[in-house]
Amino acid sequence: MNKIYLDYVATNPLHPEVFEAMAPYFKEHFGNPLSIYEPGMHAREAIENARECVAALINAKPKEIIFTASGAEANNFAVKGIAYANQSKGKHIIVSKIEHHSILNTARFLEKQGFAVTYLPVDKYGTVNPADVEKAIIKETILVSVIHASPEIGTIQHVEEIGRIAKQKGVIFHTDAVASVGNIPVDVQSLNADLISFAAHQFYGPKGAAALYVKEGTRIVPLIYGGIQEGGRRAGTENVPAIVGMGKAAELAKRDLRKRIEHVKALRDKLVNNALKTDKVLLTGHPDKRLPGHASFVVEYIEGEAMLLLLSAKGVYAASGSACSSKALKASPVLISIGIPAHVAQGSVVFTLGEEITDNDINYFNETFPQIISRLREISPYAKGWEGTEGSACTAQK
Amino acid sequence: MYSAKVMDHFSNPRNVGEMPDADGIGTEGNPVCGDVMKIYIKVKDNKITDAKFQTFGCGAAIAVSSMVTEMAKGMTLDEALKITKASLAEALDGLPPQKMHCSNLGADALHKAIEDYRNKQK
Repeated sequence: MNKIYLDYVATNPLHPEVFEAMAPYFKEHFGNPLSIYEPGMHAREAIENARECVAALINAKPKEIIFTASGAEANNFAVKGIAYANQSKGKHIIVSKIEHHSILNTARFLEKQGFAVTYLPVDKYGTVNPADVEKAIIKETILVSVIHASPEIGTIQHVEEIGRIAKQKGVIFHTDAVASVGNIPVDVQSLNADLISFAAHQFYGPKGAAALYVKEGTRIVPLIYGGIQEGGRRAGTENVPAIVGMGKAAELAKRDLRKRIEHVKALRDKLVNNALKTDKVLLTGHPDKRLPGHASFVVEYIEGEAMLLLLSAKGVYAASGSACSSKALKASPVLISIGIPAHVAQGSVVFTLGEEITDNDINYFNETFPQIISRLREISPYAKGWEGTEGSACTAQK
Repeated sequence: MYSAKVMDHFSNPRNVGEMPDADGIGTEGNPVCGDVMKIYIKVKDNKITDAKFQTFGCGAAIAVSSMVTEMAKGMTLDEALKITKASLAEALDGLPPQKMHCSNLGADALHKAIEDYRNKQK
């Protein structure tokens, strides 16, 4: 049976060259980078080389890169670290409604600590209007954090413009670029961001290695206290193999970015064009200003988890934002924020492509997907429409 | 995540479809929450002679619908009223805990169909 992994936004497979680069750091070069003897120095050097590659990927300086263990940690670090470092100036933070949980839940935590948070709305494509950012900034605002590209709907924000506004108003700007760095060009100089979160496993690097770019001169309070690792801003013995892997993955991403974008975009367009031929299948997110390998839909009258199970039985692995497929049993807040009714959001399905996907894979997918839709619609009581469901609210005990 | 039995009833659901001449119809659930089940029954001499379903929902919801219609066929109405969430889950070799309440609506939908039939007899 064909096996087609279409969930690159969840994680990427490790690039073989990355694996090769990491391997010696598990056994031969096991030293602690803080040790002053040879194995330690070797590990130290490997980390600093990786830092240079990672910095180069986003056109930053090596000393502006702080390694973390995940994108979520980088996001927590950015929001909490900036909030605590600047609370004497003010206690107001602005985020969008379609941030990742690692931003939204951190913002909610800070609300309990006495910070005020403004949650910016998005339009039907999931785009934050930069003018809304400008209007939301008050004297007490210390941080604006807007996601660069949505992993759920693929939409890319006007971060340059938002960053320019924040800069003008003297407010620090962070962007969660976990889904974008390594997948589209990200340049700190043009992005006007003071902080950027990104993760290696989104560009064929290992899990367990991520980074927060912190612009030179930006004060930030650490999340983890301890030793002097990462300039005292993130304590803990470094995950040397993972960091080495992130460096190699960054080097490859910088080298191959154009080629990768062309490859996934052509196949993604083919997938989208075919999917939209089926009645009542809608593309979510922006039609053009979106991640090149990202296709997301809502399929009316059927439910996402059921689609994922049937796809998986056909060897196709994908994701959904439906309530039933989430552990929390809640429809994706991102889909609700872009104005999709909750019952339609149940039909969410997300396909994300990567380097390994071939034209044949997409042909197979394009054949399979409409079959699965019609099979589930045969079972659905709504095959002829949503009669009697408009305006109903969920009252079930979850 | 799902038992082999759930996967079997989800992948090859029994008794799918509308029943135009149903004697009783019961609908339970809400598409906003995720799952809706519509159960149709045919009744003769106080016995369920046929049952069909239409379901909007996840794998568990579809498997539960398939199972409840299989179980109900041949039962008397009073026997069918004794089918519960627990007995359905057991017949499916278990359901994940988070699916027990929102997706396990088969018994409720069936009971509503029986109620509908009885109301029509009055």
